[in-house]
Amino acid sequence: MSRPGFVLEVDRSTPPILFHHGEGFRLERLPAGSRVVYPAEPVAPLKDPDAAIRHALLNPVGDSQPLPSLLHSGMKLTIAMDNQAVPLPPMQQPDNRQRVIEIVLDMAAAAGVDDVELIVAHGLHRRQTEAELRHMLGDRIYDAFAPHGMLTQHDAEDHDNLILVGRTEQGEHVELNKRAVTSDLLIYVNVNLVAMDGGHKSTMTGISSYRSLKHHHNVTGMQHSRSFMDPPNSELHNSTWRMGRLLADAVKIFQIETTVNTDTFPSQFAFLQKREWEWSARDRASYFGVSKSLERVPPRIARSIFHGIKSPQKMTSVQAGEVEAVHKITLENVHRQHLVPVQGQADVLTMGLPYVGPYNVNSVLNPLLVMCLGLGYFFNLYRGKPLVRQGGVVILSHPTRWEFHPVHHPSYIDFFEQVLTETTDPLEIEKKFEDDFATDPWYIHLYRNSYAYHGVHAFYMWYWGAHALQHVGQVIIVGGEPRAVRRMGFKPASTLRDALEMAEDVVGRNPSITHIHNPPIFLADVT
Amino acid sequence: MIAEALAGKRIAITGSTGFLGTALVERLLRAVPGCELVLIVRAGRRTTPAARAKREIFGNDAFKTLRAQLGKEFDAEIARRVQVVAGDVSVDGLGLDDEAAALVTSCDTVIHSAAIVSFDSPIDVAAEVNLMGPVRMAELLRESGSSAHMVAVSTAYVAGTRRGRAAEAALADTPFSTEVDWRAEMAAARRARADADAASRDPDLLAQFAKEARAELGAAGPPLLAAKTEKRREKWVADRLVEAGRSRAKSLGWPDAYAYTKALAERATQEVRGHVPVTVVRPSIIESAWQEPHPGWIRGFRMAEPVLISYGRGLLSEFPGIPEGVVDVIPVDMVVATIITVAAKGPEPDGTGVYQVATGNRNPLYYRNLVNLVREYFLENPLYDTDGQPIVAPDWSFSGRGKALRQLQRGVRALGQAEKVVAALPIRGKRAEVMARLEERRDMGERALDYVKLYGSYAETEALFDDTRLRGLLAGMSPDDQAAFGLDTNVIDWKHYVQVIHLPSVVRQARVRTTGGARQSETRHERGKRTILSPERHIAAFDLENTLIASNVVESYSYLASRRLPNDERARFTLDMLRQGPGLLALDRKDRGDFLRHFYRKYEGAPAAHIREDAWQLFSDLILTKSFPAGIRRVREHRALGHRTLLITGALDFVIEPLRPLFDDIVCARLGERDGLFTGEMIEAPPTGEARAIAIADYAQAEGLLLAESVVYADSASDLPMLEAVGHPVAVNAEPKLAAIARKRGWHIEQWTKAAGAPIPLLPLAPRRGA
Repeated sequence: MSRPGFVLEVDRSTPPILFHHGEGFRLERLPAGSRVVYPAEPVAPLKDPDAAIRHALLNPVGDSQPLPSLLHSGMKLTIAMDNQAVPLPPMQQPDNRQRVIEIVLDMAAAAGVDDVELIVAHGLHRRQTEAELRHMLGDRIYDAFAPHGMLTQHDAEDHDNLILVGRTEQGEHVELNKRAVTSDLLIYVNVNLVAMDGGHKSTMTGISSYRSLKHHHNVTGMQHSRSFMDPPNSELHNSTWRMGRLLADAVKIFQIETTVNTDTFPSQFAFLQKREWEWSARDRASYFGVSKSLERVPPRIARSIFHGIKSPQKMTSVQAGEVEAVHKITLENVHRQHLVPVQGQADVLTMGLPYVGPYNVNSVLNPLLVMCLGLGYFFNLYRGKPLVRQGGVVILSHPTRWEFHPVHHPSYIDFFEQVLTETTDPLEIEKKFEDDFATDPWYIHLYRNSYAYHGVHAFYMWYWGAHALQHVGQVIIVGGEPRAVRRMGFKPASTLRDALEMAEDVVGRNPSITHIHNPPIFLADVT
Repeated sequence: MIAEALAGKRIAITGSTGFLGTALVERLLRAVPGCELVLIVRAGRRTTPAARAKREIFGNDAFKTLRAQLGKEFDAEIARRVQVVAGDVSVDGLGLDDEAAALVTSCDTVIHSAAIVSFDSPIDVAAEVNLMGPVRMAELLRESGSSAHMVAVSTAYVAGTRRGRAAEAALADTPFSTEVDWRAEMAAARRARADADAASRDPDLLAQFAKEARAELGAAGPPLLAAKTEKRREKWVADRLVEAGRSRAKSLGWPDAYAYTKALAERATQEVRGHVPVTVVRPSIIESAWQEPHPGWIRGFRMAEPVLISYGRGLLSEFPGIPEGVVDVIPVDMVVATIITVAAKGPEPDGTGVYQVATGNRNPLYYRNLVNLVREYFLENPLYDTDGQPIVAPDWSFSGRGKALRQLQRGVRALGQAEKVVAALPIRGKRAEVMARLEERRDMGERALDYVKLYGSYAETEALFDDTRLRGLLAGMSPDDQAAFGLDTNVIDWKHYVQVIHLPSVVRQARVRTTGGARQSETRHERGKRTILSPERHIAAFDLENTLIASNVVESYSYLASRRLPNDERARFTLDMLRQGPGLLALDRKDRGDFLRHFYRKYEGAPAAHIREDAWQLFSDLILTKSFPAGIRRVREHRALGHRTLLITGALDFVIEPLRPLFDDIVCARLGERDGLFTGEMIEAPPTGEARAIAIADYAQAEGLLLAESVVYADSASDLPMLEAVGHPVAVNAEPKLAAIARKRGWHIEQWTKAAGAPIPLLPLAPRRGA
């Protein structure tokens, strides 16, 4: 049995706490009385995932027939799947998607289905490279489909291959990948890393268009998603659910969702997931070994070392059938791993940010992504109410270097230079700049023909933090490059101690402090 | 009364666009309401004399008061009282047509103030204007039988570099006057021009000019190099003539060609004047106004100003001078008042007279005192450097001229050597800035050296200019006139004049930083950027390599050639390319066109379809990875403003195909194709060197766009023809040679870098396809 997550109150005997800090770590002493939220240990994986997958496909939930009875020769079958934004870091082979799709393809072959197309549902994310696709799907699938053009990556700007399914009662356009919508059966395969993922959101973001995404990817929507990690209280999910139901009426969907445990880092980084007072001599040695060698190599090398890490996460559940019925079980499985009860809010919330988020696999966690990871993802990892009180302070720890990947994030560079120099207010940014970036032909060209995130994607990063920006009084980044931090309207601090002192100016003397201990990730159930 | 005496009189003036002339015109129009003026003005290169007068004389802020007094009537008043005629004192007959000549000779007074006041002009030019100008005027008046009174403005320094009292009398009557034949001197000056010109055409010299041009411009192409060579020859001739003037003047006992030609002029005028009465007014060093038109008024950057500003900026501490020597400075309004008073008084009984307007005799400003006042001022009101830090004015060392000169010369020589070394290094962009610093230091040194050479003797003069006659003139004036036309030099309080009147005015004129802290106003770079990104621009043309991306044709080739190579051949390929590297680099430096022709042969036999397909991967892996995001953004900014964006590159069409959406049009190299294979030969000559300038000119013409309104971005001296072809050249990440040129010409400069965070591949090889 894995031990559940819990809240530790720091006292004099508490050892320094490990903070992720980009491509490195910091050990920080938190003031006595601070609370540290520790995640649960990884739950036990499925013993035989392939058998579990087969079982799920043959015993679907909700109003759905077993998969084999949905397959027949002459049919048009499309299998869409999550892209490499999940899980993080990318998992060791075989990936859940490879396992599931190989079994689905066996069943399709047995049923004599010829017309099968695989679509990577990357929405407005960048295309994956051949190597990345091979890692995610395995050589067998890649070599069988890619050379014939039957493994494609969704293109949200290929207007000939998009189709307007309809509009919801609220007027939301449901515009999606034509091949997927016009198939006799659309199978969607996901990896449900966090509670935000999955359900109708999969198709509504993964294979839709900018016109469609706009209805839920906007500032007002995000400000009313409290949090977007808690679907019942998330405007993002309300919208995608409305739109998803419209799609479900138009095309037969067979949803296959999988969950993974939080066994995030391989054994040489085992110390990352251990509670500090339980570190063995070996853990301490490897911590010092790793940190010292990271300090000596240039950030570039450290980055390539970290991005080479493949996570040993394992499948913990798989369920298939009708979207909403499937997702209900999926969420239960996610919660089983992630939920940690926390009582009350703090004046100050601290967190150490890692080197990777959903949008920089094999890339750079640029300053905008730092903002999104901290104020978007980590801040929103709550159910009930935020871990920090209204008007409180969030302290992030990350080097926040002024670095951008020129191929992956070209519009981010310009957003940083042209938009943030004028304003950091999400609503104003949305009103004044979004349209220009979203419809810019050069960004569209790079998104379609190179490996760039869509021009509007940089905006979504800022919107993802809109709820936090509205909620907190100040954001401080420990160890951040001052000019990059200031550009975003935040304050740089060189040490945690300095940051806490600065925070006192906002929240008063002797503030209550809560620290999110990661990795791995969790979902705080705040009451 | 002066105003009454000159009422109804017509006064002709030469040199009215100058410092003294403008003040004179203003004062006459304002303080002598009854007079009319005839201004003899030289036509500008593109402007008529009337237009010049309107802009350069009446547009000057000297007329602020008069404009305020007259309001809307100002233009009408000028039109009523002022006639502008075309003329040029440096040509025979003064360049006047018959009508203008008649008008001038019918004047009651002619004030000749036109001169080349620069101390380092070529001897023939100085002589033609300073010596022949007044001679021609006197001859015109004599031959026409005019009854005009000629007032000739000279300089107190006609007395030469001598000690003791300089008499206020005609040169011929002074004890230490050099007897030289002015006609012979004039002929010699003209001959010096012909001799220097002939000497400059010596084959060895011409070869040297060509070599210097090449050293400065690099591989800029024959037409530009030829033009530069000719410029260097002309400069050589001019330098020789400047030196000829300086040495001739010195040999006869004058500090420089200016004083020398002025002295000859006084004698010559006396000789040719015949019946024409000539009164000479000799000011010392004319500086900003004491009172009129307003305190501190000054026009142009004159003799002492650059020295003062250089001192305030901490650049100059070695100005030689004798501490107890007198610096004879006279405010411009006192000179103007003297001229007007002399004009009103009319000719001397014997038809000739001299007035010296100087302060040294009665109210001397000692060099030591001046230095202290200046230093005090700059300590109190420091100038600021570009970082907003105050500059501490250096301690003045009263070193002798010889020592100062030697020190400066040594410094300049050392810096020049360092510059040569840096220019030869293969660096660019920010690193090439070290060159800029060296260059700046050398410029500074050279300027200081020039000042010392030019003006050194003025701080060392020990002559005292007698002003007895001027005092007499003052004594003869009514109290009203004395108040209105103050020429009493005794009223000058030097501390007040230097610290409250002169220096603030000079600092204002120099547009140097006088406030500290981070700059609030627009920087020079921002201003340049705004000019370039103005909606009025027509074309924005970009070079590719090192302007928009940090890559080149060799890397593109390596990538494309290795994309489908089996693993065992990749190592050999890599070694092969590395081995060829230095040779290719050398060829590229020598001639870009030959290099491309040679290098593109490597594509011979390559399957076109594969290469075109792989180029799309190259786009992401190499071109975008090594791109300068700020550069790409700039292209897009131009496009958003409606400018036509044009890429001009020697790269191959398939390599830059993915960049097509960024530009309206592309000029690039293309390879021939046979049976699906590349031939390795280009279809047409690649756009390099002058061909680029022609390409952009052709493009502009075909599209009906103006080159003068266009922008070119490029990084190397070989792009000079294209940069020079347009009105708005921009040097991007420039190599030292281009950077030097860009700075000299005030071109906009950009430093664009790769995105921090871009992956850096060890070798420009493609990840193997299908691996």
